[in-house]
Amino acid sequence: MEAKKTKENWFASFGRSVLAGLKTNGGIIIGLIIICIILGIMTDPFLTIRNFTNIMRQISINVILACGMTMVIILGGIDLSVGSIIAVSGCLCCGLITNMGVPSYAAIPISILAGTLVGIFNGAVISRTTIPPFIVTLAMMNIGRGFARIYTKATTILVDDELFTFIGSGTVLGGIPIHIVYMVIVIAVSALILNRTKLGRNIYAVGDNKQAAAYSGIHAKKVTMTVFVIMGFFAACAGIISSARTFSGQFNVGEGAEMDAISAVVLGGTSMSGGIGHLSGTIIGCVVIGVLNNGMNILGIDSSWQYVVKGIVVLLAVFIDYFKKIRE
Amino acid sequence: MSSLLEMKNISKSFSGNKVLSGVNLLVEEGEVHALLGENGAGKSTLMKILGGIYTKDGGTISIDGEEVQIHSVDDARDKGVSIIHQELMLAEHLTIAENIFMGREIKNKAGIVNLKKQEQIAQGFLDQYEIGLESNLRLDKLTIAKQQMVEIIRAVSFGAKIIVMDEPTSSLSDAEVEILYEMIRVLKKKAVAVIYISHRLNELYDITDRITVLRDGESVGTVVTKETKRQQLISMMVGRDLSSYYTKTDNVVNETVLKVTDLSDGNKVKRVNFDLKKGEILGIAGLVGAGRSETVECLFGLTQKKAGIIEYKGKEVAFKNPREAMAQGFGFVPEDRKQEGLFLQSDVRFNTTINIVERFLKKLLWNRQKENEIVSEKIDDMHIKVTGASQIVSKLSGGNQQKVLIARWLCSTRTVLILDEPTRGVDVKTKAEIYALIDNLAKSGMSIIMVSSELPELINMSDRVMVMCNGYSTGILKRDELSQENIMTLATTEVGA
Repeated sequence: MEAKKTKENWFASFGRSVLAGLKTNGGIIIGLIIICIILGIMTDPFLTIRNFTNIMRQISINVILACGMTMVIILGGIDLSVGSIIAVSGCLCCGLITNMGVPSYAAIPISILAGTLVGIFNGAVISRTTIPPFIVTLAMMNIGRGFARIYTKATTILVDDELFTFIGSGTVLGGIPIHIVYMVIVIAVSALILNRTKLGRNIYAVGDNKQAAAYSGIHAKKVTMTVFVIMGFFAACAGIISSARTFSGQFNVGEGAEMDAISAVVLGGTSMSGGIGHLSGTIIGCVVIGVLNNGMNILGIDSSWQYVVKGIVVLLAVFIDYFKKIRE
Repeated sequence: MSSLLEMKNISKSFSGNKVLSGVNLLVEEGEVHALLGENGAGKSTLMKILGGIYTKDGGTISIDGEEVQIHSVDDARDKGVSIIHQELMLAEHLTIAENIFMGREIKNKAGIVNLKKQEQIAQGFLDQYEIGLESNLRLDKLTIAKQQMVEIIRAVSFGAKIIVMDEPTSSLSDAEVEILYEMIRVLKKKAVAVIYISHRLNELYDITDRITVLRDGESVGTVVTKETKRQQLISMMVGRDLSSYYTKTDNVVNETVLKVTDLSDGNKVKRVNFDLKKGEILGIAGLVGAGRSETVECLFGLTQKKAGIIEYKGKEVAFKNPREAMAQGFGFVPEDRKQEGLFLQSDVRFNTTINIVERFLKKLLWNRQKENEIVSEKIDDMHIKVTGASQIVSKLSGGNQQKVLIARWLCSTRTVLILDEPTRGVDVKTKAEIYALIDNLAKSGMSIIMVSSELPELINMSDRVMVMCNGYSTGILKRDELSQENIMTLATTEVGA
């Protein structure tokens, strides 16, 4: 009886979360639907299941980063080093496998740990000092990228490994791309952390008012540290997946990834000053960016113009948000 | 002869909500005129209409007998109206002179600012108002009180005839308040009218000539300060006789909960001794800078003690952080609710339950129903005026914000509740409610430490009052010894170094 009750709770609770998510993100969802309709009319291949799976695969890395970034930004921080963490863990993993003959099942956790170390460093400095997260992670972005170049000697390290290949392009349960599985796991973990744990509440509290959080007995240092470590871990995992997809460690992998993640978070309505935001918005933000990329590629729009369009969309979203707030 | 300022029959609505209806205000030349009312009575709205921030829906405004239309802040300034806001509108990194001339700098033909000339003129004003400051000093070198002077001088330099001061003493110490009064007296002599908004009745008796009381957007009446008793003002404000303004019953149980011996934090707190009994309300009195807040912050683990003994229920304790104090059942409602207390962007629910999330967030499950029950119980019990648990806290009035903050601590406090200035910036009705609540808590066996700057509050609510001076506890007064004189004597008793 008791177990059954819990199960019902889980289900009802999940449903309520999804509904609440749809409600708070009404505007951007309507925007997304309009984009999809336009692309569906303009091109044949857009509204196909095959293309849908494609989009999911393409946005998976950004979703993983943006989930972590949502926590970081709600906390009132920012992490510019995630793109470089991707390069650090990805290149290290490929180097260990190809150049040093380390078996992939050992190389992968070692590389994830190495990437997470960057997050640990970020967290340690940011939680213990008043140096702005922007500066600390900007420095780590350059340091990480530099080490990736040094380690790969600015070349590409090719990998031929069964497990590695599976991680990068495998399918499970009869054809579901493994990227979708990663994505679902990361979203679930992040949603649980933000909405169902004390840590989640504390992230919002610290982001809203650090001093008040301290007066309410919240260990702001620990919360900050934890969030940056989670971010580092997510980015390190994303690094392995990125490298595995191309069977190679490239020193420039993940360049600009931090900006896509931040764009998705902002599109999703999370406030850059901290304290306000929802994971559901971030996920829809990722889908919007993914759909735009995919649609513009199908339409054959020049990649230079694609940047312009993506920038305009972010600006537009922020403006709409701004005017909504003013009206209130 | 007509008055300097006549606001007649002013009305204003916000999206259908009538905030002001038929409000009258008459202010004479050289008069200090108080505007009194509970939070939400319409004081700020009325002043924002006068200052050109809002436009009135109806009624007339006349200055010097001539009807005027005020559509913007510039309009108001041209007509001689200036508002000194609670938060000062000055640039900290500029000099006094640059601040006074901000936005209308004296320039030569090439467009370069003539700093020398600005400084000369500014100095003229400073001297004229007997403020001993050099006009080329940078603003961040000045105390808040001095910065306020600069803001007033700035208003005067625009030729202001009517200066509105919104809670001007809220961030001043007692000595600084005296300086402000002096300034106001000089303004009076120069025939400037001051409209003075404050919650502190004492101040109104100190400095104002007449008082206009607003209630629920209507003017209740204007009285001459000298001829009006406190009780009368309070009933005008609240609309009924508040005979039970303070609620105080005797609940002290002879069981020592907390015993503090020779406490020091190595900084502002030098040597503090007191004990606290079960069900007791212990007031802490002292002048600004006496170390009252610092003492309770040290007790709660926000700062570390350097010397002394804190015994809780007979055992020595030293809380390293608020979490350890909270685990023992301590609670702390801080002095500055916006800075130290509330999560202003978050809703009432979040703010109320942040101390007790583990009660409804268990094993990755969120028991929303339980959380909502806790919150609505508190909203009902404490008569918090909200549209719902999802209302954002920054949209609430000061009194309701304070109630939300207290509600949070009622959720998690079991034995000792520390209240630092529990009724600061709160309207009269809410004050009475908070007093009743404090008394109720004591009745239920909780021990209360109440730091306050309001002597009537301390005298009427405390079982005993510990008085501090310069980091030392200079004495503890029993209930029958409590009087303003006794407290002030101890508050100014310097303990030899």
